[in-house]
Amino acid sequence: MNRYPIWKYVVIAVALALGLIYTLPNFFGESPAVQISSAKATVKVDAGVLARVEQSLAKASIEQTGLLLDGASIKVRLRDTDTQLKAKDVLARDLNPDPADPVYVVALNLLSSSPQWLTRLHALPMYLGLDLRGGVHFLLQVDMKQALSKRIDATTGELRSLLRDKNVRHAGIARSGESIEIRFREDAVLERARTVIADANADLSIADAPADGGERKLVVTFKPAAQRALLDNSIKQNITTLHNRINELGVAEPVIQQQGSDRIVVQLPGVQDTARAKDILGRTATLEARLVDLTQEAQAAITGQGSVPFGSELFRQGRGAPVVLRKQAIFTGEQLTNAGATFDENQRPAVAISLNDAAGRVLREVSRENIKKPMAVVLFEKGRGEVLTVATIQSELGSRFQITGMESPQASNDLALLLRAGALAAPMEIIEERTIGPSLGAENITKGFNSTIYGFTAIAVFMIAYYMLFGLFSTIALAINVLLLIALLSLLQATLTLPGIAAIALTLGMAIDANVLINERIREELRNGATPQAAIATGYEKAWATILDSNVTTLIAGVALLVFGSGAIRGFAVVHCLGIMTSMFSAVFVSRGIVNLWYGRQKKLNKISIGEVWKPTGA
Amino acid sequence: MEFFRIKRDIPFMRHALLFNVISLVTFLAAVGFLAVRGLHFSIEFTGGTVMEVAYPQAADLEKIRASVDSLGFAESQVQNFGTSRDVMIRLPLQKGVTSAQQSERVMATLKAADASVELRRVEFVGPQVGKELATDGALALLFVVVGIMIYLAIRFEWKFAVAAIVANLHDVIIILGFFAAFQWEFSLSVLAAVLAVLGYSVNESVVIFDRIRETFRKQRKMTTSQIIDHAITSTTSRTIITHGSTQIMVLAMLLFGGPTLHYFALALTIGILFGIYSSVFVAAAIAMWLGVTREDLVKPVRKKDDGQPELP
Repeated sequence: MNRYPIWKYVVIAVALALGLIYTLPNFFGESPAVQISSAKATVKVDAGVLARVEQSLAKASIEQTGLLLDGASIKVRLRDTDTQLKAKDVLARDLNPDPADPVYVVALNLLSSSPQWLTRLHALPMYLGLDLRGGVHFLLQVDMKQALSKRIDATTGELRSLLRDKNVRHAGIARSGESIEIRFREDAVLERARTVIADANADLSIADAPADGGERKLVVTFKPAAQRALLDNSIKQNITTLHNRINELGVAEPVIQQQGSDRIVVQLPGVQDTARAKDILGRTATLEARLVDLTQEAQAAITGQGSVPFGSELFRQGRGAPVVLRKQAIFTGEQLTNAGATFDENQRPAVAISLNDAAGRVLREVSRENIKKPMAVVLFEKGRGEVLTVATIQSELGSRFQITGMESPQASNDLALLLRAGALAAPMEIIEERTIGPSLGAENITKGFNSTIYGFTAIAVFMIAYYMLFGLFSTIALAINVLLLIALLSLLQATLTLPGIAAIALTLGMAIDANVLINERIREELRNGATPQAAIATGYEKAWATILDSNVTTLIAGVALLVFGSGAIRGFAVVHCLGIMTSMFSAVFVSRGIVNLWYGRQKKLNKISIGEVWKPTGA
Repeated sequence: MEFFRIKRDIPFMRHALLFNVISLVTFLAAVGFLAVRGLHFSIEFTGGTVMEVAYPQAADLEKIRASVDSLGFAESQVQNFGTSRDVMIRLPLQKGVTSAQQSERVMATLKAADASVELRRVEFVGPQVGKELATDGALALLFVVVGIMIYLAIRFEWKFAVAAIVANLHDVIIILGFFAAFQWEFSLSVLAAVLAVLGYSVNESVVIFDRIRETFRKQRKMTTSQIIDHAITSTTSRTIITHGSTQIMVLAMLLFGGPTLHYFALALTIGILFGIYSSVFVAAAIAMWLGVTREDLVKPVRKKDDGQPELP
């Protein structure tokens, strides 16, 4: 009765093997590395850059122990931290000729030093949270109200010029709260306005309302779908902006994610200079459109012969650079209401831009006088300008126009994002900040790890002393539980935090419950006079229902924490829930397997080693 | 080894009334502390800034306090954290000043007074986040309570579900009572511990209920209170050993886990101790008051959900 069919042993063996493989990377530790990624949306890291990295390291005779192109970044593995720092300096110098304007982010990082074959199996070490590795965490709240408000203001202007262009005579247009009200004296005009607006902008919903003085008015609001799209866009835009800015900090693995509907999480592992990080996150970029200076002096200045003419400026960075631009701006980022990737009438990728009313009027005038001449859009950050695009004005432009001649949809997307980034759509505010020093992180790991080890040892000693061989089996099952849990955490790459380590410890403390239940049951069966083999069988059988019940209730609590928890709680809950699952498997299935293997084959079993089974005298 | 040499069933239920009175008194005391002193919420709930700084030598709290106060915060707290070299500074939310500026100004002032100070940790939580955390915490508690009740009602019987939840919520209140009485800091991780304890000590009740059901099936002549006595007695050994093991782990956390895990481990310790008490003495007693009968548990229809062979 205490025999497992072969397949059950196979299941255990496979689970153990997988557990070992995925736990293994955690033991190899990490080796210093330098990570190179692109600092600009216009530059991609590719095999060419890889060759350059290899060359410049060889030239400086720095020995690297591994070089790989991994997605959008290059990672160079190095022997020790000294070479790591040297390599970083060399690479930063060679890859970025102008230190004031880095093209690539060269950052220090740590790479798992587990062997290649493990990495190929996607066996990676556990992903440590910020509280264990040190770094900064920010939670930013995007002010959506203001984003919407800006958009309503812009639309009010757009509608005003639209109605004027179409010769629709209204009696006043004004913003009122979240809507725009347009008053009319005649019904016929109102109806015409309605069709004109509906044709021009599909995002708006138009309703009738009576106005005082016998007038009628139209109330224009954004459709809910359009509002949502606007909010989505603002978030995406802010995330892009943050990405660009954080690249400057040289962080190896920044995390920038949307959380909920209007929040952005920024995690910068390893960053200590929070003042600078906050400064960079909070900085505002400005965007300017300017005319290209086509005078001879200006063209000469580009090649370095002669100086830049008065009232113009030379730009060396970005697409279409170097170029000399007039200092006077045609419009600025604040006046840009939207930019999106689209296609022109010939189905070529293009970027559609909308400006507010005032900017539209200026642009109309300027463009009329400068047809067939180039205009450039420049993004200023930290007082340094980067040319985003140089395009030739083909015709008179208004508040809505297109930049055509993009090489690919990707390029038009990038440009639209950068244009929008120049006008940070909605202001952001830091609503949560957490900084953990690297020494504290290392300390947290040691403390969490030590308390788990001490607790485990104490439990093991007690179990073996009290239940003898069965205690040893329970301890082995518990150790397998740890193994599987760590393997699962590594496999899922769930973030391990200090509360997570606490959850590992607590889960072990609770998991032993199952084995205690089983062992106590077996003793009880023996006490009642069952034969050893029968006692083992009934012990496991009877304990199972109880174990299941008690684990389900614990799991309910774990799931609640997972669903409603955030931050520290979630880190705890993930490990707790996974731990309950692995403990059911190891404490019942695996421990039974060990017991069966040891005792199951003995036909005549007189005694099992489960400690003293005390029988009440006289019973 | 065998710790528990119990010859006869211990008549727990004879003293049920006494136990329930003790529980009630403790419970009322906890509620009293909660009402009078209230919980000392961490900044995760209230919003504000916490900074942890370390000095190479023992820190002079008075001096630090003076430097922090010189910045003119309405109410700030400066205290040791873990060791005498580590200092924790709590700053309230300030209108018009961002967290960034706040912590940097404090750090600049401290650096000016003693350049060797090292910033270990900064935590800032805005007021809106705090409110959400409180709501989420309450929701999580509700979810756990309802979830466990439904499960127990399906698996056992509604009387057991009610008994288990009442007993274990009383644990939760008592843990909170301790935190209120001693003004320990109630943080997110303590909340996690409280909810984990809730799930954990329901385990205890489940084990006993399982035994009660089993005994009802086997022993046809015993009265309800005898059956409960028998069930509790026969699980005593397991109860003590299991909780002992879990407590060993938690104790390791309390002793070696450092200050970050201190209150988490403390909440678990109280929870485990009272969890035993309430499951054994309170839950079973309540189930008895509610009038559990053999017919409630031993259904005439054969059910196969628990895989146990049922005796006819």
